[in-house]
This record gives sequence, structure tokens and C-alpha cells, in this order.
Amino acid sequence: MIATRVEATAKLTGSATFAADHRPEGVLHAVLVGAPVAAGTLRGVDTAAARALPGVTAVLTAADLPDFPRLDMPAAVLTLPFTDDRIPHEGWPVAIVLGETIEAAEAARAVVGVDCAAEPPVLLGSGERTPAMGEDAVVFTKGDVDAARAQAALRVEQTYVQAARHHNTMETSGTVARWDGDRLTLWDAVQAGSTVIPVVSAAFGIDAANVRVVSPHTGGGFGGKGYIWPHEVLAAAAARVTGRPVKLHLRRADQFSAVGYQPWMEQTIRLAADAEGRLLGVEHHAVNNAGMVETHVEPATEASKSLYASPAIRLRLEIERVSLNVPTPMRAPVEGPGLWALESAMNELADEAGIDPLDLRLANFAEVSPADGRPWSSNRLREAYAEGARRYGWRDRHQRPRQDGHWRIGHGMATCSMGSFRFPGAARVHLGADGRAVVESNVHDIGSGAQTVLAQIAAEELGVPLDRVDVRWGDTDLPRTGPTYGSSTTMGTGSAVASAARDVGKQLADLGIEADAMAAAGVGEIVGEGTYELPDGAMFNGDGEGTPYAMRTWGVIFVEVGVDPDFGILRLRRAVGVYSAGRIVNALTARAQMIGAIVWGWGKATMEESDQEPVHGRWLAKNLSNVAVPVNADIPADIDVSFVEEFDEAASLIGARGIGELGATGVDAAVAAAVHDAVGVRVREVPILPWKVLAG
Amino acid sequence: MIDFAYARAESESAAVAALADDHATVLAGGTELLNWVRLGIAAPERVVDIGGLDGLRGITRDGDTLRIGALTTLNEIGEHPLVVAHAGALASACLQAASAQIRNRATLGGNVLQRTRCAYFRAEEPVPWPCNRRSPGSGCAALAGLHERHAIFGWTDECVAVQPSDPAVALVALDAVVDVVGPAGPRPIPSTEFHLTPQEAGLREHRLDPDELIVGYRIPVAPTRQAYIKIRERASYEYAIVSAAAVVGGSVARVALGSVAGKPWRLPDLVDVPLTREALLPAVEERMADANPLPHNGFKVTMARNAAVRAVLTAGGDR
Amino acid sequence: MALDYAHDIDITIRVNGRAVRAVVHPRTTLLDWLREEVGLTGTKKGCNEGACGTCTVLVDGTRMNGCLTLAVQCDGREVTTVEGLADGGELSPVQRAFRDLDAFQCGYCTPGQLVSATACIAEGHATDPATVREWMSGNICRCSSYPQITAAVLTAAQASR
Repeated sequence: MIATRVEATAKLTGSATFAADHRPEGVLHAVLVGAPVAAGTLRGVDTAAARALPGVTAVLTAADLPDFPRLDMPAAVLTLPFTDDRIPHEGWPVAIVLGETIEAAEAARAVVGVDCAAEPPVLLGSGERTPAMGEDAVVFTKGDVDAARAQAALRVEQTYVQAARHHNTMETSGTVARWDGDRLTLWDAVQAGSTVIPVVSAAFGIDAANVRVVSPHTGGGFGGKGYIWPHEVLAAAAARVTGRPVKLHLRRADQFSAVGYQPWMEQTIRLAADAEGRLLGVEHHAVNNAGMVETHVEPATEASKSLYASPAIRLRLEIERVSLNVPTPMRAPVEGPGLWALESAMNELADEAGIDPLDLRLANFAEVSPADGRPWSSNRLREAYAEGARRYGWRDRHQRPRQDGHWRIGHGMATCSMGSFRFPGAARVHLGADGRAVVESNVHDIGSGAQTVLAQIAAEELGVPLDRVDVRWGDTDLPRTGPTYGSSTTMGTGSAVASAARDVGKQLADLGIEADAMAAAGVGEIVGEGTYELPDGAMFNGDGEGTPYAMRTWGVIFVEVGVDPDFGILRLRRAVGVYSAGRIVNALTARAQMIGAIVWGWGKATMEESDQEPVHGRWLAKNLSNVAVPVNADIPADIDVSFVEEFDEAASLIGARGIGELGATGVDAAVAAAVHDAVGVRVREVPILPWKVLAG
Repeated sequence: MIDFAYARAESESAAVAALADDHATVLAGGTELLNWVRLGIAAPERVVDIGGLDGLRGITRDGDTLRIGALTTLNEIGEHPLVVAHAGALASACLQAASAQIRNRATLGGNVLQRTRCAYFRAEEPVPWPCNRRSPGSGCAALAGLHERHAIFGWTDECVAVQPSDPAVALVALDAVVDVVGPAGPRPIPSTEFHLTPQEAGLREHRLDPDELIVGYRIPVAPTRQAYIKIRERASYEYAIVSAAAVVGGSVARVALGSVAGKPWRLPDLVDVPLTREALLPAVEERMADANPLPHNGFKVTMARNAAVRAVLTAGGDR
Repeated sequence: MALDYAHDIDITIRVNGRAVRAVVHPRTTLLDWLREEVGLTGTKKGCNEGACGTCTVLVDGTRMNGCLTLAVQCDGREVTTVEGLADGGELSPVQRAFRDLDAFQCGYCTPGQLVSATACIAEGHATDPATVREWMSGNICRCSSYPQITAAVLTAAQASR
């Protein structure tokens, strides 16, 4: 079904409100003052010059703020700023300037004197490496990988690196906080408003029932607004101290250190295969950077226990602590980094074996979960491979011209795969005697089309036209449901909406009437409740754990890349992605997500990078003029996205799995393979910047 | 942004007079100045808006000279038939600079005065590392740090940054003249001499004095074929890693390289060199023999050579 | 002749057809003025340095970055924001094409995209996909609806012809 977005008019006329668009009466504008060094201790903050500037209302330091307790997840930073004098990274908040105008607050920021005892920062590649979880770096073992290597006809052993990169949402994170007595309202740019409440209420020691989080539109999430970041607490703290509403809309520079990013990663893959390319052993060792104090684990090795049949698998995970802020999940987490390494190694194995990379994948297709032998809930990857190869013209790719003017043309492919993150869902559906329905559930509008999909599900279940369904979302006063991340919303909340709509239907049946007879029967409204529950009432389920089925999503990406060998620059010429992800509720919004995800993969492969300055230890550039993300000219019209027809009844009531992150996996490996195909240069470090190609 | 006082100049002479004040700065389009003030690169107490000086705007042909007013915007220049016809390299450079909406504000005079895009230089106050251009005498963090995009010509330990203007590269290849007005009246500065490298002038970036105003450009009109090539990993809206402007006329090819030095780097002219890749590669290489890359940007020598060759061939040679 | 410098400047700007008179500080950008003083929050702040295009507005019909323009520079001019694109309740051809071709996701860059697209068409740059892609590259869409945006601009250009 094709339905345009339910919030289209609001977004097209400028009336859609994002967090910073809220302007409560008497609001103060807040700007964070960050530590100027990447490591050390804070000795003092001199606020006099800042306070003397016109329009500056207050400059808050630790002495002015509450004693915050240590927080629990999903706070991303468990030890909040202002609780001790350690400086774990540059930009760590040491003061908050409050001004009557943005201009006043920003001008004052630069003149706050911050006195630090600086220490040498810990740099990427030189930090301490420790097991990511528990005592042992080995997180999974099956069979004997060492024996497999010994008997293998073909071996690939390579190390793949990816740069740290930020989400770079167009809307920086931001929070507007207002206290009404003991009641706190936050207008917040978030992906999971309900999870803000326990964190913020714990920070202030207040009753969770007194906190409300409103977030009608979120200007891009991609994981960066998933967990709870210090500025959300600090906005509320500043509002409490000053007795006025406070808007803390992070400046772009502050976004780089106040919120997370996808970590720098170094991964080593060892593949052992027989002469036909069938895998005998897979070993995957992943290291991601964490902060000096705060921890983030990027379990990239998940890819290697879930994608290909192999009798022996050994996975190792480590973290490396450096003087940077803590990373966080980013589209696509886990398998995004993991497949960069695994799929690159598979492409190298294919070349080594003299086998077409597609045939290598087919030869290693996993009929059941390689990790534990469970059957898949649904897996149409082989159809996706076949359809993708057909649409792309993969098999005769090298019969087509290899050059177009200055451009050498290369082709590359990779498998895409993500785990299934499932969260409990809840929704309420009202059906009125006037034939209008209202869906209520606290999902978030991050652009995925969630509310349109929920409206469609309700319309379909209730049998009412789509234009008679309204959706209410983005407010913790609505039924609490799962977060809007992890490609989980349609599966979880979508199923809850279907269930609530069926509850309406059941109530109608109990009354013995049809919907159009409600008015005649004197029934004004019927309210249905629906939930989506996980096995054992869990709050999270990964890959169908604890169920008879292993659940994942799959796909394949083919890319045609132009390489100008004189300069080492790359241009995307076209891409074909075909996915096995369960039922697709809205073809229009699903297509948009997959195109966006492919572009994310292209950006990761070719340009996106946040560099840690190699002497001073902070981010070299904290702006968008020295940090590149793709622009329109980078992306050709010919991005061909399609889905295999599928209904996964084990994953969810409505047959859906998840899509938002899936499309961003594998693209980097496919691009690297295309570069190799075009000019014979193998780059194992993304982004593939021009000088890396020229150096080949 | 710090607070500053504002006034509109009603005449060119009033603007020049205002610049006698050390704490006053000219505002043309504002696309650079506003960011300088935000970052603390500039901290003017007074800003004089010359945007209303319509006499400094426009494109005319005067015999064998193309005249472009300093306040003409990059989009106006890039799409103007006279510029497209007679200074194609400049038109192309203007349209490959920045974005469509920035080009509607950015003026030619302001664009060539933009300062380096070195990420160290562009850090906001308080500047977290040594940068002689932000704090003279503090050192150059880029020298020991990340400098893939930095200079291969004309640098010193004092500064290894590059001048980023696209139009400036084309103007140098075109032998344009910069018309400047100061308290002593007008004076012309050849565009080839306008910008200065650290080797030539330490931290001084150009020959414009603080109390002078760029009022326009003169470009000689001659039968030539031209091209401007900009190399960048992103397809648009990004600064060059290297760029090259070529102006080919008769048996002479004039080439200027961009983003390789503290100024547009004019190569010795290619005279009587056959316009083929095979002939141009060694000829350009010879003219770049004094390239002196930094530890991490040796690739730029290859890239710049190839850009020069590509620009000449695109302007009009065999392939 | 000394200039008459001031810290408070009396300006009048026609915003979406309505004259707005205000006293502004010179450092106030058009973007901050529109959002915080006029209350037109449709125009968004993304980078505040001219590197993303979310703040694109029309000044005398020409697209510009609101963050790189001072409010005082617009005295006496006509400014059009996303709120001024629709004709009463009727969406403009650009807005309709963005809706029908799904040329937005989160919506944060959308006001800038719509204004930029409107100008791109008026400038005559909505001729073919490659030209549109280049002339729309000043507006970053991190959700990356670029192919849909390009299609919408071309479609709206045809509808406007």
C-alpha cells in the first residue's frame, strides 16, 4: 500500500515543532562551557567576565548545581558532569551560561575562564585494551577454528579499520525544560521519551510521575538520540536553579562531544575455507574505542556467528579506552561495523578462490542459525540474492564497458544483515461513532514513517479509510511503548496497534454491532488496548532468543562505482538493494529508509570521519565544514530498492521484522570491492579517501 | 558572536575612510565575516556594511578588458554571459565554490579574502592548540598533526595552511588585476602577486593593507580556451583537496594550482608543449619540481600534477 | 566623514508579505531573528556556519543562508520563509511534489529544501537530474532522501511551467 506521510502538511509548511522550536514564556538560552583539554583535572572556573556581559543572566558551575547521583542505563553517561573534577575528554561540561538571548549566551561562553591541570591524552590505537564483557575477550566459540585453519585450502587474514564518525543529525540534540512546582516538562529531541523519565527523575530524586517528555518531531536520530545524554539533565538543572524555563539546544560544535558517535574500530577476520570456498572456520576479533570512564561496547562480531554456515567460529570483543567522549549506537550498529570486516574478507576470499563473490555467498548460505542451529523465523536471502543479481545485471557485469570517460567502473556486492531487536509495545485505539479512529502510542517521529505505518495498520484492521485515522505520538502521557530505534517500531508498536484495533473489533462483536451502527446503538466511542509482549515478559529480545526461531533480517547490495585514477576520487553510479525483512507495510516510507541507509553506507565508505587530533586528543573538527557527509550531488537517481514478498508470523503479529538499519550494512564492503574491481586497489580502512586509493 | 556597532557606508570613500579605524571591519556579503566573529578569528568593534555600494557591483566589458565589481556575487559571475565567454575558468570556479545559496551572498572581493580552511585555524575560542594565525608565536599544530589537506609549496614551520578560494585560482591563471582603493587613492595589484605565502611574507596573507578596499577586478580578454578542475571527495559543496585553472591560448598554457599553498600557485607557463597527456605530464612535473610535501601529503604532488594536466586537456587539447 | 555607528538598529523587513518593524542588534542573524523575535520557527538551525542549508530563506526572491545573513542587512527587503510558501491553505507545487514523491523524512532540513527548491526552479536550474543535484547540494538531508528530492524538484518545475 502506498500512503504519503500523515504528518506531511505540518512538515511542509513549517508548523511541525521540533524541541528547540518551543519557546515557553520567560525562557533562558543555555550554552555549555566545555573543558578545553582532553585529559586532566579542573582547578577552577572564572565566570566574572562572562557574567559582566549584557544579557547574561547566570553562569552556573558545580557549586550551583544539585549533587547528581551516579545514573543507570539508559543514561549514556553514568557519571554526570559537575560531580567531580576529572576531565575525561575535551568539551566535558564545566559551566553553563544562561542568557536572555542566544547571542548573549554564546558570546559569554568564550570568555568563561577554565583553569585545568592538563595531562597527556590517550590516543586511538594506544589506549589500554580490555575484554569488552567479563574476564575473557572470547565471547563465543563453536568448533575448533585452529584445526579448521590448519586443514584449510584457502585462508584470508586481514585487519579492517573504520574511522569514528558522528551521527551528524541536521537537528542537534536539544532540550527545553520547564518546572511547574515539582513537575518537570521536557521538550526533548529524543528517540525514546519514556526512557528519559527514569534517568531524569533519578538525577533529581523526584517521583517519575512528575516528569513528562514531549517530542512531537525529532530531527534525525540514527541512534544519537537513543540514550539519555547529560544535556537533558543539565537543562532541567539549570531551569530548577534559575526558576525559569531553559532551552539548551546544543551548538553544532558541542554536539560532537556532548553526544556519542560510532566508535573507531579495528577488526581482524580470519577465514578458513576449502578449495570451493566453503567456510571451515571464522574468527572475528573486534576492538572499539570507549571513553576513559564511560563504556560502550560495539558487538560487531555478532555478524560472524549469524550469517554464514561454518563448523567453527570464534569471536573476540575488546574495548580500548581513550580520551574521547563515549560512543553510542549509530545506524547501523553491531552488524554495520561487523559486516564491513566480514564482507570485505568474504570478497577477498572470493578473489583468492577465483569464485564469483555471489557464488561464494550462496555456497555458504546458512540454512539454520550458525550460532545454535535453530531454524530461521523466515529467511528469503537466496531470493534476494537472485533478484538483486537480476536487477543489477551482476552476472554479465564485466561484459559492459569498464570505462566511462575518465572514470574506471567497478562493481561490488555484499550481503546485508541485521539482528532483530524487539521491545515490548503498547497502543490504544479509539473508534468513534463518527467513524474516525485515533491511534495513541508514544513512538517518535524520527522520519522513519512510524506514525504513518501505525495509521495504516489501524485502518486496515478496523476497516476504515486511512484519512479517517489520526495518530498521537511523541508524549509520555500516551501509552508507553518501545523506543524508536533498533529498527523495532513497526514490529513492536505496529503489532500492539493491530492488537488494540482487534480489541475494538472484539468489543464491537461483544456488543453485537458493526462499527457503522455505533451511533444508532448509542455507543459513542470504543477504546481498544493492545500490547506486544516478549517471551517471559522481557524488556528486550535479540534475534528471537528464547524462542524456537532465530530472527534476523537479510539483504544484498550491489554497487557500481566510478573511480578516477588520476585523483583517487569515487562516485556512486548506481546501486541495487534487495531485502528479506518480513512484511513491508508502507512501500513509500520503506523505500525512503533503504535509500537513506544506502547513502549512509556510501558516506561511511567514502567520506565520513571524525578525527581525534593526534597530539591534543580532541576532535580535530567540530563542525560540518570540515566534516563531510553526502550531499545531493553524490547520490544518483538510480538507487533501486526492493523487498522480497514475505510475512514473518513468528516475528510479529503483523508479519514485519525491521528495516531501518539493514540497508546501511554491507555497503562499505561492496564499495571497497568495487574500487578493487575498478583499479585493483584494496583499501581496508574506511573512509576510502582519495589518497588511500592513490597510495595503492 | 560578540556585540559590535554597525553602520552603512554610503560611498566608497566613506568606506575607505572608515577603515582608518583599526577596530573597524568591512562587511560585504558576510559569509566569511560572520563565521570569523563566531570563532573569534575576528573581533571587530565596528562593522561597516558596504553592501549598499551598487557602484562596486556588476560585470562589463571595456574593450579588451572584462571588469567585475568586487561586490558582484559568485552566482552572478558564474552565470554571466560575458564571464562564461571570456573567463570561463572564473565562471566555473565561481559555480564550483560553496553552495548555491552561499554564492548568492558571497562576493568576489570577499571570496578571495577568505582565510584558510585548516581545521586547526577554524577551531573556536579559546583556541585549543598552537596556531600562529590565531595567536602569533604559539606554533603550528598542523605541522605535527593532521595535514593531508595542507601545503606542498611555500610553507614554513610557521604555517602550513593553504588558501582555499576557487575564484582566486582562476584569476591568477587569467592574469587578472585586483583594483584596490586606499587613503592614497587607487592602486592595481596583479592577482599573481596578491596573495602571499609564509615563505614570502610570514603571516601576512596578501598585499591588501588594512585600510584598503578591493573595488574590482580587471581580466584581459583574449582568445583562449579555459577550464577549472576541482578535486574533492564529496561531489559538491566542499573545499578542494587540489584544484587547477588552465588558460590556453596560442602556444602558451597558463596554469594555476589551488589549495597547494598559501596562495594560488601559478606554474611557469607551458610554452610550445604539445597538448597531450604524454607531453604534459613531464612538463608539469618539471614545473612542480620545487614541491615540498609535508609528511602526510605527498599524494598531493601527484594529484596536483594530474589536476594541472586535466585542466589543460579539458580547456582544449587532445585527450 | 564619520559613519554613524549604532548598536540598536531600526529595521523593517517584509516577512512573508507582512511588514515587520523591529530594533535589532547588529550581531543578530536573520535566522535567529526570524526564530526568536518574529516567532517563525519553521526555518531551522543546523550548523550555524553555512555548511548545511537548513536555514535557507529567500531574500528578495534569492535563496540565502539565514545564519550567514545579519538581520540588519535585510532592512527594506522581502524575506520569504517556509511559512510563506503555501498560498493560504493551498500547498505550492513544490510542497505538493515533496509530499507526493516522499521527498522528506524527519523534516528538519525540509523547510530549507523547500525554499531552496522553489528558488532552484525560479532560477531555471531545474532542467535535468544532474543540474538539480548540483544546485540542490547546498541543502544536506541526513535522512538522505536525495533521489526523491531531485524527483520532486523536477516534477514541481514541470507543474510550474
